[in-house]
Amino acid sequence: MNKIENQKAWFFVLPVLLLVAFNAIVPLMTVVNYSVQETFGDNTFFWAGVMWFEDVLHSERFHAALGRQMLFTFSILAIEIPLGVAIALTMPRKGFWVPVCLVLMALPLLIPYNVVGAMWNIFALPDIGLLGRSLNALGFDYNFTRQPGDAWFTLILMDVWHWTSLVVLLAYAGLVSIPDAYYQAAKIDGAKPFAIFRYIQLPKMKRVLTIAVLLRFMDSFMIYTEPFVLTGGGPGNSTTLLSIDLVKIALGQFDLGPAAAMSLIYFLIILLMSWVFYTVMMRNEAQ
Amino acid sequence: MAKITLKGLRHSYMPDPAKPSDYALQQLDVEWEDGGAYALLGPSGCGKTTLLNIISGLLTPSHGQVLFDADDVTALPPDQRHIAQVFQFPVVYDTMTVYDNLAFPLRNRGVPEADIDPRVREIAEMIDLTDMLGKRASGLTADGKQKISLGRGLVRTDVNVIMFDEPLTVIDPHLKWQLRSKLKELHQRVKTTMIYVTHDQTEALTFADKVVVMKDGQVVQIGTPVELFERPQHTFVGHFIGSPGMNVLPCEVKGGKAFYGDIEVPSWNAAECPDQGGLELGVRPEFVSLSESGIPVEIAKVADAGRFQIVDARRADKSIKLLVPEGTDIPEKHAHLSFAADHTQVYREGWLVHGGQGA
Repeated sequence: MNKIENQKAWFFVLPVLLLVAFNAIVPLMTVVNYSVQETFGDNTFFWAGVMWFEDVLHSERFHAALGRQMLFTFSILAIEIPLGVAIALTMPRKGFWVPVCLVLMALPLLIPYNVVGAMWNIFALPDIGLLGRSLNALGFDYNFTRQPGDAWFTLILMDVWHWTSLVVLLAYAGLVSIPDAYYQAAKIDGAKPFAIFRYIQLPKMKRVLTIAVLLRFMDSFMIYTEPFVLTGGGPGNSTTLLSIDLVKIALGQFDLGPAAAMSLIYFLIILLMSWVFYTVMMRNEAQ
Repeated sequence: MAKITLKGLRHSYMPDPAKPSDYALQQLDVEWEDGGAYALLGPSGCGKTTLLNIISGLLTPSHGQVLFDADDVTALPPDQRHIAQVFQFPVVYDTMTVYDNLAFPLRNRGVPEADIDPRVREIAEMIDLTDMLGKRASGLTADGKQKISLGRGLVRTDVNVIMFDEPLTVIDPHLKWQLRSKLKELHQRVKTTMIYVTHDQTEALTFADKVVVMKDGQVVQIGTPVELFERPQHTFVGHFIGSPGMNVLPCEVKGGKAFYGDIEVPSWNAAECPDQGGLELGVRPEFVSLSESGIPVEIAKVADAGRFQIVDARRADKSIKLLVPEGTDIPEKHAHLSFAADHTQVYREGWLVHGGQGA
């Protein structure tokens, strides 16, 4: 058998290569470039090796921001995933209310991020906001601009409000794809509602829930606009998540080297965690 | 174990059914003997699955009763009726092992583990899944999964009836036959009533002792495979069962004799029929033969079906099919046909004409 040599086919790949280069590789490489150099202004750069990476990895400030980021991400995952599944389970499978529910669910997803932040900022203001005012009227000492605990509460509540819908829609899609025969068989086998959930609904939702967790993990780990508008990272540094800290370093202090090194570490953390999570979920599947 | 009686059953999916066509099931009165192997046969949309779901309790009929022995179970949910059902698409609990799948119905009913284990192993042996017990159910092939579905029904000792809703739809052709014989063998071993829904006549005729033929929400005939073949009560049964189906020809009865066109055709039940036109004559291709004299026809087509040849003969644009053994000489164009008298019957408005003697 003769192998046909036809390298011209590579030209077909060229447009894609160019596109990817301009929107991903080139910007990423400039970041890599900054991360290994030191500058004293005047557009002169010096080779700095892995200095900035060492600095970032040893910096207390980075550890603290990373810690807050983890806390935030795992809190919202722990709330949004179970809550989303619970809501999806109560949604009707057929009839008039299906589209109504779906549209209602989709609404928060359609609101621009900065609008969400602004909405919740006003909503939660202790003196004039509906939420803040009500909580205070009920006797709670609530002030998200002064008390870190309240700021966190508001931040998480906002994210749950904004993004639980996504989990609901994905879980619902998984649920409606289960054929009736499964429920009928379970009925005949005498399965109780919990057993139906545990052995039919949950396994059938596994794929979409994997996607939901991945999406929510990545999104919440990169979240910027909403907390920036809501609290601006405060009070103090209490809600300064990784992305907010990064912007402070890059644009506030104009420390390009450390900011670039931090970006890359940030990116690698997300990549690594997504990969580990996905691999573990899919390995289970293969068994 | 119980005898199942359906009394005056009607069902409509509409809230206020008025016309007969609003009903998915017309009037039904059927008795299913304890321990029988039944097939429910009919074309798609004839109400087979509706009937099955009414027996299993997934559906409550609009009218009528379902009795298990003397108990009225019409209002009972499936889990209290002690029935089992195998669905068209295999239903297994993916995350469980085969063992856990089989044990599931027992565990749900609070049977102690010590009793579950021997029972599960016994059933696994019966359905040839012993080697697979430790495997995840999701890893099995379609026929393995269908066996699990069936096993979950067999494992319970209180099952009144096992129902199959076209269980071989997704099975590979060469495994269909195996699984079908397995079913038959299992039925002889456990002697549980089984009702097998299908639109495939081969499946129905090989599995069942008695076949219930349905059409448009009505039972047209209940009989053994031989009865369905030899004495179709309705032209539909003649058509639907047999390959090719029964020839149905327009006829008249004069003086107790049947006439097709101007030619007298001997028929066993023509004498029981009053003189009338607009009748039909039914004769299966197996009972039509070439002869020296009789009904003159043109030979239109001959198809070789192995041991038989299917001859398509035409008379006045009406097609008459007949089967002749291989090797028979078939005239090129003109031929004469004769019908076997004791298998040629007269139908009025589709139904077999009954006199003193019936089928």
